[in-house]
Amino acid sequence: MKILVPVKRAIDYKVTIRVKPDGSGVDTDNVKMSMNPFDEIAVEQAVRLKEAGQASEVVVVSIGSPKAEDTIRTAMAIGADRGMLLTHDTAVEPLAVAKLLVKLVEEEQPGLVILGKQAIDNDANQTGQMLSALLGWGQATSAAELVVDGDSATVTSEIDGGLQKLRLTLPAIVTTELGLNQPRNATLPNVIKAKKKPLDVREASSLGVDLDPRLKVTKVTEPPARKSGIQVNSVEELVAKLRDEAQVL
Amino acid sequence: MKILLLAEHDNQTLSPHTARALTAARQIGGEVHLLVAGQGCGHVAEAAARLSGVAKVLHADAPALAHQLAELLSELIVSVADGYDTLLAPATSTGKNVMPRVAALLDLMQVSDIIAVDGPNSFRRPIYAGNAIEHVETSGKQVITVRTTAFVPADTEGAAPIEQISVPDLASPAEWIEDITVTTERPELTSAKRVVSGGRSLGSKEKFDAVILPLADALGAAVGASRDAVDEGFAPNDWQVGQTGKTVAPELYIACGISGAIQHVAGIKDAKVIVAINSDPEAPIFKLADYALVGDLFELVPELTRAVSK
Repeated sequence: MKILVPVKRAIDYKVTIRVKPDGSGVDTDNVKMSMNPFDEIAVEQAVRLKEAGQASEVVVVSIGSPKAEDTIRTAMAIGADRGMLLTHDTAVEPLAVAKLLVKLVEEEQPGLVILGKQAIDNDANQTGQMLSALLGWGQATSAAELVVDGDSATVTSEIDGGLQKLRLTLPAIVTTELGLNQPRNATLPNVIKAKKKPLDVREASSLGVDLDPRLKVTKVTEPPARKSGIQVNSVEELVAKLRDEAQVL
Repeated sequence: MKILLLAEHDNQTLSPHTARALTAARQIGGEVHLLVAGQGCGHVAEAAARLSGVAKVLHADAPALAHQLAELLSELIVSVADGYDTLLAPATSTGKNVMPRVAALLDLMQVSDIIAVDGPNSFRRPIYAGNAIEHVETSGKQVITVRTTAFVPADTEGAAPIEQISVPDLASPAEWIEDITVTTERPELTSAKRVVSGGRSLGSKEKFDAVILPLADALGAAVGASRDAVDEGFAPNDWQVGQTGKTVAPELYIACGISGAIQHVAGIKDAKVIVAINSDPEAPIFKLADYALVGDLFELVPELTRAVSK
């Protein structure tokens, strides 16, 4: 069974986000970019399935800037076998990403597509579900546990207030939650090896999918600022403030 | 403009998320219909009919809908979607699972997690875990999920008619096995009015449990944790608050021994009142806190627990 893992290049989660003063977006110049953390978990899970003998090949795909090659190489250093990069100059919305992935699924015929539950830049949380709907495959989102057994997968998903266990007939779509695994740190030999792994680069527009955005982003603004707080000197003072001033006790 | 809002429920009770999402729907403007889909959820449909501003409740009841699996619920919504300009759901686990499917099946882009309605097709939503706000417009038919903490609940003075709707023949490639609900007296983290969180400074799971849990219980609060505390194994993953964890918006958030990494702060920005207790006066969390208490958390937190228990 082949596993397809889409990965996104996003601003590193430790970087302070700066909104451009002209409202045109978030500043990405000279900012550290990394693989979306949820996607890294997806890659790790796919590689573990391969190491356990349950998958034959792990193929990663990224859509966007040519610089996303770095993200694909990172996934290869974790253990992915092969990469595909679909380049496009502007941001591609989840719906178009899902449609591009449908094309790749038709080409590659994977038994499982594992995706991050959301990207930490646009926080949309849509692509996996959209891909599942377009393919007519079963979905399990926010997976905290994934067990593959023959032609089915049992997934424990995090839901509001607890967990939900689902059995999916393969092929299927799984999106990852943080607790699914702790991605490994790539070793130097594996980083070097990753540079030689096969990477297929194509223009996203060559796949015959409408890539024009459907939503119009009119501006991006700073979140409302919090008023500055005060220091209290004792628990007693804190309780008094919470009770009388903030009225939350 | 006609709007269909997917009601959030567990076949027994209508979740408060629905009344809040209804407020967002009414701000968009138009005739709002509520869809209650499940099995044996007649009481939920009745409760939904009492929400103010609902023109009609659509009640879909079938064994196939018992667990509201996304594959089936999305097919059901698509089967009635023709009559509506806006399809909307609270951004709960169910809403997040179902609505992107509906959008894809209707060839629409979803607007996720709106926090404000600026016009019938104009919305604000947080990106980068709330570190930036995206202002976005749709053209025509739209699929939306609502961050319910951003909207007040609608009143319950309505008396809408309930219409039974037929359920198409549904089969899902996913099979429900079980729901494992964590049995706890504590409120659910993302909708809790009060949250007490602990960070790496707690040092161990034993100390986390001994220091944080009594304060949470004294306040009737949910328990949260920083990513560091979760990575160290002091707290389970589903307690994690922050960019890669849960976003909370309680009336009171108490951060104990949390330095205030960007990743954590992103998840608590919408809290009404933030209290930080930390021994390091330079900790970034103090920049965000409404009330800062500098000192040893192992003394101060138990003292606070005793003070609020009185």
